Amino acid sequence: MTALQIAALILVALGGTAVVLVPDPLRQTLVLSIYGVALTILFFVFQAPDVALSEIVVSGLALPVIILAALRKIRESEDEHRRADGEGQR
Amino acid sequence: MSRRVRLGLFAVAGPGLLAVLLIGLHGLPAFGDYHGVYGLLVSRIEPSARHATDIVTALNFDLRAFDTLGEEFILFASAAGVALLLRRMRDEASVERASGIEDHRFAGASDALRLASLALVPLLVALGGYVVLHGQLTPGGGFQGGVVLAAGPMAILLAGRYLALKRIAPQWALEALEALGAASYALIGLGGLIFAGVYLKNFLPLGTQGTLLSAGMMPLNSVAVGLEVTGAFLLTWTEFLDQDLLVRGGDRT
Repeated sequence: MTALQIAALILVALGGTAVVLVPDPLRQTLVLSIYGVALTILFFVFQAPDVALSEIVVSGLALPVIILAALRKIRESEDEHRRADGEGQR
Repeated sequence: MSRRVRLGLFAVAGPGLLAVLLIGLHGLPAFGDYHGVYGLLVSRIEPSARHATDIVTALNFDLRAFDTLGEEFILFASAAGVALLLRRMRDEASVERASGIEDHRFAGASDALRLASLALVPLLVALGGYVVLHGQLTPGGGFQGGVVLAAGPMAILLAGRYLALKRIAPQWALEALEALGAASYALIGLGGLIFAGVYLKNFLPLGTQGTLLSAGMMPLNSVAVGLEVTGAFLLTWTEFLDQDLLVRGGDRT
């Protein structure tokens, strides 16, 4: 195993832990996409450039866009519920 | 479940999992020790039998082309499912009503970001096209190139021009692109059935190894998958973003 491969493995281990430890979903999404870049480096140094190419777009763009859209939708409906509750009390 | 019960469960399950993992790791072959006969065989026969230089693409679009057909239809079905589910929640007029938000700005997005994203669009499209077309030569292929191609128009979103994106890539065009890609892959397979007697078997001339038009039907398959993936990804993204930017924006203005 080369030093580069060990470094990539450590980077992925740290990245994965960081994703789990971030409490706020919004920040988590950004950490997740950085973690995706770490995974891309891992695939690349382990000689799987085909997988690395898909990984970088899927985790760097595809997944965050969908999660961010979903988060915004959830927040919006929570706001609506809160407003409806507030009106009910009045 | 109370905190104590959960901790108790973990106290039993955690060491158990660790033990199983350690036993499993103990039996693993050493790092870099490869015993797969199949992989060695594929790396040997594909360059000579099909004139392909990227073995992964050769595997996807030739040896196991039928698997790829299945995978392609999984993507097709899921993108269609997303579109069906989300479209129920959107009324068709909302796009027109939202035309007032032509230039939505992300909070804090600077002019530099908007300019840089627009400059990225042609670069991403060119790179995506390159990766799709060189599938049988260098790492990459239909799927990888397709996602890069789909990322190009998405940079327009970063530039804050979502409605411009909707105009150059309307929903019907994305659906058509996706369906065209999926159908061409299946039809190329049918060509194999007609001209070579086996579904998805290569029936095209192999060409000179290392040139753009080589490796038989692999470039065609790659283009078909590329179109399908581009369409599917853009369709899914725009359906989700419609929910966010148009349905809500339309209600507000």
